[in-house]
Amino acid sequence: MKIHEYQAKELLRKYGVPVPKGKVANQADEAYDIAQELGGTVVVKAQIHAGGRGKGGGVKLAANPDEARARAKEIIGMQLVTHQTGPKGQKVLKVLVEQGTKIKQELYLGMTLDRETSRVTLMASAEGGVEIEEVAHRSPEKIFKTTIDPVIGVSSYQGRKLGYALGLPKEVMGKFVDFARSLAVAYDRSDASLFEINPLVITAEGDVIALDAKVTFDDNALFRHPDLAALRDPEEEDPREEKAREYDLSYIALDGDIACMVNGAGLAMATMDIIKLAGGNPANFLDVGGGADERKVTAAFKILLADASVKAVLVNIFGGIMKCDIIANGIVNASREVGLKLPLVVRLEGTNVELGRKILAESGLPITSADGMRDAAEKVVAAARSHAP
Amino acid sequence: MSIFVDRNTKVICQGITGSAGSFHSGQMLAYGTKLVGGMTPGKGGTKFTSDAAPGKSVPIFDTMGQAVAATRATATVIFVPPPFAADAILEAADAGIELIVAITEGIPVLDMVRVKRALAGTPVRLIGPNCPGVITPDQCKIGIMPGHIHRAGRVGVVSRSGTLTYEAVWQLTGVGLGQSTCVGIGGDPVNGTDFIDCLERFEADPGTEAVVMIGEIGGGAEERAAEFIRREMKKPVVGFIAGRTAPPGRRMGHAGAIISGGEGTAAGKVEALRRAGVKVVDSPADMGVAMLALLQRRKAKGRAKPRPAKRAVKKAAKKAVKRGKKK
Repeated sequence: MKIHEYQAKELLRKYGVPVPKGKVANQADEAYDIAQELGGTVVVKAQIHAGGRGKGGGVKLAANPDEARARAKEIIGMQLVTHQTGPKGQKVLKVLVEQGTKIKQELYLGMTLDRETSRVTLMASAEGGVEIEEVAHRSPEKIFKTTIDPVIGVSSYQGRKLGYALGLPKEVMGKFVDFARSLAVAYDRSDASLFEINPLVITAEGDVIALDAKVTFDDNALFRHPDLAALRDPEEEDPREEKAREYDLSYIALDGDIACMVNGAGLAMATMDIIKLAGGNPANFLDVGGGADERKVTAAFKILLADASVKAVLVNIFGGIMKCDIIANGIVNASREVGLKLPLVVRLEGTNVELGRKILAESGLPITSADGMRDAAEKVVAAARSHAP
Repeated sequence: MSIFVDRNTKVICQGITGSAGSFHSGQMLAYGTKLVGGMTPGKGGTKFTSDAAPGKSVPIFDTMGQAVAATRATATVIFVPPPFAADAILEAADAGIELIVAITEGIPVLDMVRVKRALAGTPVRLIGPNCPGVITPDQCKIGIMPGHIHRAGRVGVVSRSGTLTYEAVWQLTGVGLGQSTCVGIGGDPVNGTDFIDCLERFEADPGTEAVVMIGEIGGGAEERAAEFIRREMKKPVVGFIAGRTAPPGRRMGHAGAIISGGEGTAAGKVEALRRAGVKVVDSPADMGVAMLALLQRRKAKGRAKPRPAKRAVKKAAKKAVKRGKKK
């Protein structure tokens, strides 16, 4: 789960990680008040999850409170387009008003899981302010890493190792080490899956500060962090994806026209792949999970059909432990309940498959049975092509 | 022959009184798995029975220490809910269990990071979490896979996915190829057993003739496996990578299935595996037929020489054809 920059900075502040003074504003007048309280030059920053806000015009300097109000008025309500939002952009509802910082040096500091070692890694680069993926691609030798022991945490030497590799002046070394250690504590305590401080800056005064902060939490651990789970911003999420989560379904909207419902994440991805191979385009990824029951199947159908661009539906269920007749009944009842008008291709396999196919055939609904994944994909692509919108 | 489990493997089920644990314990008993005990704190001294396996009864214990002492089990299967799953794995390891199969989906990643550190340097083998388990057909099923789709045979299967593994097994069985052992290593970013652990065992197992390996987007496990196959493996491998059409930056159901910063793409994995000599199929519908074709080709060429140079293979094939004509 992603959170906003202002939320991330509040979290970091709690763990003693230095961040600039600032507050979030929902309205232009609030931005005025905050700027007045902070004094001097402030930065007004659009609060959306996507990166690249500065280039998109979502980050502005303001020399005084009046300017802060004017900039906030421009930004709040704008449809901010960045390289991460897609062409439609994301509507800005909040701005962070922050004290201006005199930047001497920009760095990058990140934390995430390194799957190869099964441990969290602390990464640093002297090339702050640019996309780290770009640096990793162009000059991987400019990224320094240190692996964190889950029991010990970040030792001082690890902070120094990175600090000296970055060529930091010795006057700021202590502050950098403290920064890295506090950051690691915040990561561990909040069950994060990604921290990116980009840029981490060394100020003219010699302080080490997180000028930006990107924080993602491990969804699986949110059950033990109700305070963090409450930071979820529904405005940032696809409403269908949010609906899916209510029913414990894993759904991701894509831009094709063939909706698919599958049990199991791997099989769901493979189903999307085979639709593409057959010349079609999947409208979504949807994993109904291992224990899909009628209630879940119905909810899944409703979510799939809410997408107006869908022209045909493919159900691919490998009923391992689940019996196919039960799944078939679920599909039939769900189709009736939602008044399905689109062509539906169903591929069922596993226990009681004959009975399941019989239920589908005798339902009187326009359901096409498929034999195997290839047959299913070919049938649904043909159906989508011939379906008049 | 097989890897990890066989007909003599004695198994405990942790979380046997929960809904998933009791259902699948019944299924495992019905399959013939030597499920010798269950464990749920507070339910010690009671018995587990199931309609799926009439006449069978399994003692339940309060702790893994008691369970192991009473049953001499060497394996465990974990159905404990995510908040308590890490604890369950550590308890099993502490009790001297050798093989831990963790089915539980949704364990916090940092819990697994700590568990993995605790298990490092011990002889414990952890499979999973978030996996379907491991099965040696007709001998031992530890997990949630449907037993009836499997047939005993000589193809090993290793996969990060659950139902996609069933799909592969179903295709193999459909073309008449049985399986030696099928291992689901799980879809999480931190897991106990990786592709290489399984490939190494399959390569050494005289009961395994060839391997199906199913990967998916995210991480670098497939790339590392490809390197291992190139260097160490003589047995043929058929591969499939799920998620070619997945958009970058999105988590596709499995916590592990995410492409970030251009790393872990399907294209990169497919290329690495092909370079290592793996027959990677483009379509998930072709896993079974590709394996059948590969084994038939090898049989025709004769399996005597492991991986001869291409020219030698062609010569040998020609000779074989001539010999066939003479007869």
